[in-house]
Amino acid sequence: MASAEALARSRRTVPVRRRRGVTWARGYTGLAVMTAAFLLPFAIMVATSFKSPQEVFQFPPRLLPERYVLDNYGEATSVMPFWRYLGNTLTLCAVTVLGSVLSCPLVAYSLAKLQWRGRGVVFFLVVATMMLPPQVTLIPVYLVWNKLGLAGTYLPLVLPSFLGTPFFIFLLRQFLVNLPDELLEAARIDGASEWGIYWRLVLPLTRPALITVAVFQFVWTWTDFLSPLIYLNDTSQFTLSVGLYNFFSEHGVAWGPLMAACVMFAAPALVIFVLGQRYFVDGIATSGLK
Amino acid sequence: MPSDKRRRLLLGLAFASPWLLGFALLIGGPILASAVYSLTDFNLFQEPNFVGLANYREMLGDERFWKSLANTAWLTAIGVPLSLVLSLGCAMLLNLPVRGQPLFRAVVYLPTILPIVVTTYVWRWLMNAQYGYVNEVAGWIGLEGPAWLEDPSWTKPAILLMGAWGIGSSSVVYLAALRDVPREYYEAAKVDGAGAWSRFRRITLPMITPVTLFQLVTGVIAYLQIFTQPFLLAQTRLNPTGGGPDDSMLSYSMYLFQNAFVYLKMGYASAMAWVLFVGTLAITAVIVLSARRWVHYGLR
Repeated sequence: MASAEALARSRRTVPVRRRRGVTWARGYTGLAVMTAAFLLPFAIMVATSFKSPQEVFQFPPRLLPERYVLDNYGEATSVMPFWRYLGNTLTLCAVTVLGSVLSCPLVAYSLAKLQWRGRGVVFFLVVATMMLPPQVTLIPVYLVWNKLGLAGTYLPLVLPSFLGTPFFIFLLRQFLVNLPDELLEAARIDGASEWGIYWRLVLPLTRPALITVAVFQFVWTWTDFLSPLIYLNDTSQFTLSVGLYNFFSEHGVAWGPLMAACVMFAAPALVIFVLGQRYFVDGIATSGLK
Repeated sequence: MPSDKRRRLLLGLAFASPWLLGFALLIGGPILASAVYSLTDFNLFQEPNFVGLANYREMLGDERFWKSLANTAWLTAIGVPLSLVLSLGCAMLLNLPVRGQPLFRAVVYLPTILPIVVTTYVWRWLMNAQYGYVNEVAGWIGLEGPAWLEDPSWTKPAILLMGAWGIGSSSVVYLAALRDVPREYYEAAKVDGAGAWSRFRRITLPMITPVTLFQLVTGVIAYLQIFTQPFLLAQTRLNPTGGGPDDSMLSYSMYLFQNAFVYLKMGYASAMAWVLFVGTLAITAVIVLSARRWVHYGLR
């Protein structure tokens, strides 16, 4: 899709043409309603996290707390081993980001710039598997890990990233295809080895796309629910995604502490998003990945 | 010359080897393995026992299987068109030539960054029948909100409502498509006296059909395998095999998961996975084949 370029192009030249006042006002009204609808759940999550138990269950509900209390945050870190789960989640994120950044550009380079028989078939397979529902391979892959005695460890959660992710390979390939061949030829004539060309020339040039991959992989691992749910048994290994379950008890849900935990769990992903917004938007516009 | 060809083949394979290995171990191999498992009775602890097509036959008479299929079909049939319309609407608002658009775009995209667990728990709170804000807002405009998560006829709309909050990435994709439509088309149409609605009908919609096709395919695939949202909305501590009130939230993938990891019926779950795979493939094929009738390529 050439849409990424179009997006970048038009972003620079969006004309602040004030057509007729009516259209303009109507546009802003629409945008305001939309913004409110998208932001309100965030506001309620944050506001609830600062409310005392009495206020949490006040009826009718009010948006802002009358009195801001921090108790929920203290409780959120004691009802479940929050810091341990945070550490587990961050470890998984770091390792999977490393895995993807190491493996995906290798494959993408091969599919974009090396000429070999069967390349088309492999590229087709990469694209085809992007569309494959993970449920189809879920059980047999689990059975393999189980047979190896590795279900219940972190390996099933991190090893796949070292073997390349179709979405990222596709994204990086689209990026690398635009690299001029003359550059690589010149290096070859100068006697650079194939590995040297990749490592010293191609990889540094891929940096912007690699950041997109890293940012997406971080958020994916950070937010992943299904894999930890299936593979982790020991509560001490849990990630935040599966750990939040602790706020549900027979007596009901501890909404205040749960919302506080949600805020703390959401914050890092939001920070990464704000810092790397450009990479997200470009990544989505190029490949449609979500 | 042949030796050069071979050298290049080896080089290409060497660079591609991580994914080739990954494909063999995590995709190709497992797909074949799951076909074999689907013909067995297997509970993880005893050796798989070959039973032929018994698992597939069992599905025909399994009420929860049909219930989960019906729920999933309902969610897909209503959820996909709804999210397409909403994301296009948001994209058009985001495409208006006014100040501050990068900020608005960020706001629309923001919910998709949240951990799905956070999204679902926040919405469980928002849709709480007694203390919930959704019904409070509904009250402002004179509507009496339902017991979203307790009334079996409202649980699926609840899933869609929550899904509507997460249309940010589809909106960004549509936004890119809208910006690809050449401005001259609109100007020419205006000169010819076409109104805003007919410009939208006759220029915008046809020009973005390739992207609509893409969103339709990915949206259908995503909804057919929906798991986490209903799973977490229905989650209670005491009942790990739940599917919400009257199983109204039991999606196909939830039931597949329960068979595999709660009842340890790995063979039956594998058969369900195959039905899902073939079904998804068939529906995708129908959509892609229908594209010839409604997708416009290469007008430029």
